[in-house]
Amino acid sequence: MSGYALQMKRITKAFPGVKALDDVTLSVKKGEIHALCGENGAGKSTLMKILSGVYPAGSFDGEILIDGKEVSFRDIRGSQDAGVAIIYQELALVPEMTVGENIFLSSDLMREKVLNWNKLYVEAKRWLDQIGLDIDPQRKLGELTVGKQQLIEIVKALTKNAEILILDEPTAALTESEVKILMGILKDLQSKGVTCIYISHKLGEVMALADSVTVLRDGRTIDTLNASEITEDTIVSKMVGRSLTDYFPYEAHEIGEETLNVHNYSFYHTSADEKVAHNVSFTLRKGEILGVSGLMGAGRSELFISLFGGYPGKKSGEVTIDGKPANIKKPSDAIRAGLAYVSEDRKRYGLILGMEITKNATLAALQHVMPKGLIDSSLELKSAEAITSKLNLKAHSLEAKVDQLSGGNQQKVVLSKWLFTDPKILILDEPTRGIDVGAKTEIYKIINELSQQGVGIIMISSELPEVLGMSDRILVMADGTISGELSREEATEESVMKLATRRRDNHEPAFK
Amino acid sequence: MSRPLNDQPLQKKLKFKFNAQSYALIIALILIVLIFGILTGGEFLSSRNLSNLFAQMTVIAVLAIGMTLVIVAGHIDLSVGSLAGLTGGIAAILQVWFGWGTIWVVLAAVAAGALLGLWQGWWVAYRAVPAFIVTLGGMLIFRGILIGISQGQTVAPLNDGFKAIANSHMPYSIGYILAIAGAGLLFFSAWRNQHKRQQLGLVTDNPVKIYGKLLVYSLLILLLTYMLNRYNGIPVPLLIVIFSGGLFIFISNKTSFGRYIYAIGGNEEAAALSGINIKRHTLSVFVLMGALAGVAGVILTSRLNAASVSAGEMYELDAIAACVIGGTSLMGGRGNVVGAIIGALIMASIDNGMSMMNIETFWQSIVKGLILIVAVWIDISSKKQSSAA
Ligand SMILES: Nc1ncnc2c1ncn2[C@@H]1O[C@H](COP(=O)(O)OP(=O)(O)OP(=O)(O)O)[C@@H](O)[C@H]1O
Ligand SMILES: [Mg+2]
Repeated sequence: MSGYALQMKRITKAFPGVKALDDVTLSVKKGEIHALCGENGAGKSTLMKILSGVYPAGSFDGEILIDGKEVSFRDIRGSQDAGVAIIYQELALVPEMTVGENIFLSSDLMREKVLNWNKLYVEAKRWLDQIGLDIDPQRKLGELTVGKQQLIEIVKALTKNAEILILDEPTAALTESEVKILMGILKDLQSKGVTCIYISHKLGEVMALADSVTVLRDGRTIDTLNASEITEDTIVSKMVGRSLTDYFPYEAHEIGEETLNVHNYSFYHTSADEKVAHNVSFTLRKGEILGVSGLMGAGRSELFISLFGGYPGKKSGEVTIDGKPANIKKPSDAIRAGLAYVSEDRKRYGLILGMEITKNATLAALQHVMPKGLIDSSLELKSAEAITSKLNLKAHSLEAKVDQLSGGNQQKVVLSKWLFTDPKILILDEPTRGIDVGAKTEIYKIINELSQQGVGIIMISSELPEVLGMSDRILVMADGTISGELSREEATEESVMKLATRRRDNHEPAFK
Repeated sequence: MSRPLNDQPLQKKLKFKFNAQSYALIIALILIVLIFGILTGGEFLSSRNLSNLFAQMTVIAVLAIGMTLVIVAGHIDLSVGSLAGLTGGIAAILQVWFGWGTIWVVLAAVAAGALLGLWQGWWVAYRAVPAFIVTLGGMLIFRGILIGISQGQTVAPLNDGFKAIANSHMPYSIGYILAIAGAGLLFFSAWRNQHKRQQLGLVTDNPVKIYGKLLVYSLLILLLTYMLNRYNGIPVPLLIVIFSGGLFIFISNKTSFGRYIYAIGGNEEAAALSGINIKRHTLSVFVLMGALAGVAGVILTSRLNAASVSAGEMYELDAIAACVIGGTSLMGGRGNVVGAIIGALIMASIDNGMSMMNIETFWQSIVKGLILIVAVWIDISSKKQSSAA
């Protein structure tokens, strides 16, 4: 026996027009946490989909050995039976079902002829408690935040008693505290002998968790690093093929006059009379980068979606843009007023997945490619090409459908779409979620460039280093209000977190 | 392996897209035509029968053209059969009972269709009642109105002018002129597109491939015109289909309205946040569908030279089937008008071919049903393969 829980040898996989994996080898020791790193589109998700039987035996070349024995999976069930459980990068839950139903969706509990609902919910509760999540299993999943949904996905995988657990960017939508919960769970599982493959663009997590790291680039294995060899710099240089020196290329820049002024802004839930945000006031200047920090559930995204006209509930307060009162009722008003909102949930709010990259990129500003009132497809292609290459988008063709892109490249398409509207005020909601380090730096550079051109930028982010590294000024939100404002000089992790957790004490905490 | 786009020549990016599905459709059509051609000893492919076949497909084809947009937008319209029956009935009543001239009657029928489409669209878009329910209701309501206003009678006969809409043919010379003009238009637009790409510095497709393909299409158009001219000439209703089809292809590819419909059907929430007015566009889709149902009603009444209370019954299902066979996804966001027209042609060929062979009519239903299922199966499994290949 080899001591390897998993070996994938000489894996090659091609899609029409793209070779996603080329002779990839991955060896994972028993009981270790093995990180898989690589740029967007390097082939990480594809490799894991092969391991979990999404791409069945025969659709790729190479062999898979589990505990030294060769296996071949015809479908996901096959891999589950062999003890492999996967948490996909893109959520695979049913929002219309309850938390409990989702947890046991593919388990035997749901396959009994007569469902025993009590048992199902009691079991679900037990699993949720076990990882310290205080969520009612009878709630509809769709009512939870993306971050909590992601944790439910993890609970779901845990119930399968997996021996090999694959997590594909599990923390992309999690807040720091949720990430801590997850890391605790993983360490705990590791002590129980579970082997874990962990994909993440957040190198801090990789450093904290991984026993070894395999780096992929352009569909090839570059190297596998042991515990002693792991440093952030080595991982990055292996990933991008060169060394990166400056992660946050913040440049001091000129800040102009006020462009956005929000005064006493409140808005309500669609159904209930309960306020989501309460008396929010802030300003944004031209060329300023305004970071917005806060815990998940603080109402950050909702606030800006509402300002953008995308939230149906009642609202009150004054919004002025460039000194003129702005009456934004629907997103098209906002776009006309020069606003752009890049959503945190790209699949749901950002992309038309079945549409070509070009068409997604031009969707919010179609008039730019309609010089004579009709869509000029050559001009459209040309414009899409210009904007996407600025973001270093990787795709085999711009006329490919967006659902064929890797997660990070999908994010770049959303960004392209909004940059194409030439916004005066750009609202970025978790703009670098799921984006690799190299591309992140690219995006920061673009943010800098835009701010130098006088675009006011609002950057909502749960990643503190990003907010601290890039912002001129930081707003911190807690419980639907602004709990404080910090200048670039005042802001530290501690000062931000202190404001973010203020007022939380007199509320029931979401996590125990 | 994928590299950043700007590392590769644009040539690669504009790679000719092999659209397996649209070819599968043409292959299926050719197979069906060949099989019937052989089984009927060539009679199926005779000029007379081709002329009939095209006249027969028109009503369903016109409905399928509008249905494509409805389905792409993520909805469905079950009322189009009743609506075509009702608008055809209105046309007949206005002419036979009230003596209106043909042009006014046609305009009235199309306007009535659009108006009733507006009514349905309002329920779907502004009152958020699912289209399935609204149009199921419409199917009953419109049939009911038809029976009511015609007092249950068949309304006939119509003026010669009205009859001519679906029963006349183009003079031979004009037929050839139209065919040549059509082919010329194809070449011209391809040339202009190439030219524009060159101007913008985009590398163009291989001209041999583009113009070669167009040459094949042009020869087919001429051959068809020749075949039809050997009998009575190009049927006028076929021209109506070509014109409506062309118009809707133009709408879906060249206008923001068309683009937005695809976006709405693909992901309504993302479309809304991109500033697209979901309600207004949804409403417009139903108005257009209603107007086309009016056109279909006119053709139907004209062909039969009468309006009966059962006219157009079950046509909605044929129209939906034609769309689906033509590659339109019932999930919304995907589909095209050309496919729907070919789908309608396939359905009409089966009806026509089987009745020529004197096979009892019940078999037509069975075969069409099976083809529908198989078509969707091929579509789904080809998609699975391409993602797992
Ligand atoms: N269904 C598909 N059809 C065609 N190409 C695909 C498909 N799925 C993935 N690809 C391509 O395969 C390559 C690898 O994609 P993959 O999703 O494995 O990347 P990744 O390493 O997970 O990236 P990310 O960090 O952005 O999630 C990409 O170039 C992608 O465009
Ligand atoms: Mg991935």
